[in-house]
Amino acid sequence: MADAAFSPSLTAGSRLKGVAAIWREADMIQRMAMVLALILVAAAILAPLVAPFSPEQQSLIARLRPPLGFDRYRDGYLLGTDELGRDVLSRTLYGLRLTLALAVIGASIGLVVGGFLGILAGLIGGIFEDIVMGAVDTQIAIPFTLIALLILSIFGSSMEVMVLVLGVHGWEQSARIVRGEVRKLTQMPFIEAARSAGASGPRIAFKHILPNVVSPLVVQFTLSLSNIVLLESTLSFLGLGVQPPTATLGAMVGIGRDYMPTAPWIVVAPALMILLITFAVQILGDWLRDRTDVRLRAR
Amino acid sequence: MLTYLARIVLKMLVTFFAIVTLVFFATRLSGSPIDFVIGEGITQEDRALLTSYYGLDQSTWVQYRAFLASFADGQFGLSFVERRPVAEIVGERIWPSLQLLLSSVALTLALSLPLGILGAVYCKSWVGSAVMVVAFLGYAVPNFVLATFMILVFSYWLNWLPVVGNGSAWHFIMPTITMSGILIAGLTRFTRNAMLDVLGQDYMRTARAKGLSEQTVIFKHGLRNASITILSVIGLQIAGLAAAGSVVVEAIFAWPGIGDLLVRSAIVRDYPVLQFGVIAVSVAVLLINAVVDIAYAYADPRIRLGRA
Repeated sequence: MADAAFSPSLTAGSRLKGVAAIWREADMIQRMAMVLALILVAAAILAPLVAPFSPEQQSLIARLRPPLGFDRYRDGYLLGTDELGRDVLSRTLYGLRLTLALAVIGASIGLVVGGFLGILAGLIGGIFEDIVMGAVDTQIAIPFTLIALLILSIFGSSMEVMVLVLGVHGWEQSARIVRGEVRKLTQMPFIEAARSAGASGPRIAFKHILPNVVSPLVVQFTLSLSNIVLLESTLSFLGLGVQPPTATLGAMVGIGRDYMPTAPWIVVAPALMILLITFAVQILGDWLRDRTDVRLRAR
Repeated sequence: MLTYLARIVLKMLVTFFAIVTLVFFATRLSGSPIDFVIGEGITQEDRALLTSYYGLDQSTWVQYRAFLASFADGQFGLSFVERRPVAEIVGERIWPSLQLLLSSVALTLALSLPLGILGAVYCKSWVGSAVMVVAFLGYAVPNFVLATFMILVFSYWLNWLPVVGNGSAWHFIMPTITMSGILIAGLTRFTRNAMLDVLGQDYMRTARAKGLSEQTVIFKHGLRNASITILSVIGLQIAGLAAAGSVVVEAIFAWPGIGDLLVRSAIVRDYPVLQFGVIAVSVAVLLINAVVDIAYAYADPRIRLGRA
């Protein structure tokens, strides 16, 4: 049941039914999270079309203007402007776009690297497995924020380094999970059958093992998405993430903090946007995990 | 028990060595830190002098040995920025960090344990749902967002609480709440699940059947058995979360602790301080984990005797 949504062999019609079934099973909050996630993704993709201004366009005469409905509101700047006269709404939309893009890229890197190493560790075993699992244990032992501080301090803060940091985050969980699954799978009769039929190592890995670890990996992907959103916005907030003038939600909150007594809207819009993202991703991640966890479903 | 202890200590040593090595080689990857710290406008002679002063002209292997040796004299090298022994700089920061950590853990325990027990005992009613909502909010609200909103409301609008520093008891309120948010969420969830597992056990039915009061059943038979699992999560998750949380919380509230120091050193690339700070915090986390592992084994004979 849980695999219905991911299985490639389904026709378009039955897949639509699958979506409908998912919607029926979800409770009120989960449905809200799904709709919210769709809106956020759409807003992120369409940001260049929807945003009324360029996110970096400054206007000296329109600095620190409040949002619609307050005194001194300036026409067109719905959510007000920041200390350089940039449109808060446009920056929030572009920040959302960047945050989601970084999260998806970072989580994908962690997933691919971790999954690959996990499969290899599970299949090859021996000293290779020891090294991989040793690295996993070490990374689990150190709080990741510290590793991120180290990497960012050493390589400087740029988009590329940020992607690297976010990719390093979470690979260890994927590797751990996949290796566990592989260890279980290699005991299964069908792998033994494939092996005795003369299938090569890579063929077993990709044809027989990989499809069976996809589902736990998808769950892991969603969970690490929300962690990465948090990590990215936290680092940007501290001034260690993507550097100005690029609009990121965390940096908007971090820099806007200085203007909070007089211009709180600069902080409120991106902070609320971060909340919306983490809410949606967390609820969907929990929901996905509960759906795929047979033990929980049986309760 | 002895083999178990030896295994824990050995594992800790291996991880410690891996961390130290990782930190050392990571900081050598980016070329000379002198250029970052001093920047433009330094003469070639001065640059060479500084490079040899900090030993950066030696081979990597020699530097690595010197790095390990610097652990022995207890100074851990000199800060690039402050020109003082790193141990001194980090040392001044330990007590404020510890104070914040203790107050946060106290608040977390005071709220999470009752909430988690309530959530499990009343899991079918609105009380249980309310507990889960609280736990969820703690997870989903990033601590810097929570801190920002609190500062906005309680400092700027209502003018009740101070924003930066650690001068008085008032200064503790917002940092403690911010830091506890995610800890409370984690521990409440975990306490609830551990209690739910225990409440479904046969011996709970037996305890009720022999006519014990509900209070005795839940606290003496339930909580005591759940406490083993709860204890493990306090160490494993709380230590890591607290270390990560303190970085953010201390930076926001300019709390003069280790987390704040780490962020500052990362921004100005004061590698000796950053290196030692990362290692010190990691070791603290490792130690806490080891203590919990041992306490865990002490509380549960199944672990110390067999393989769990």
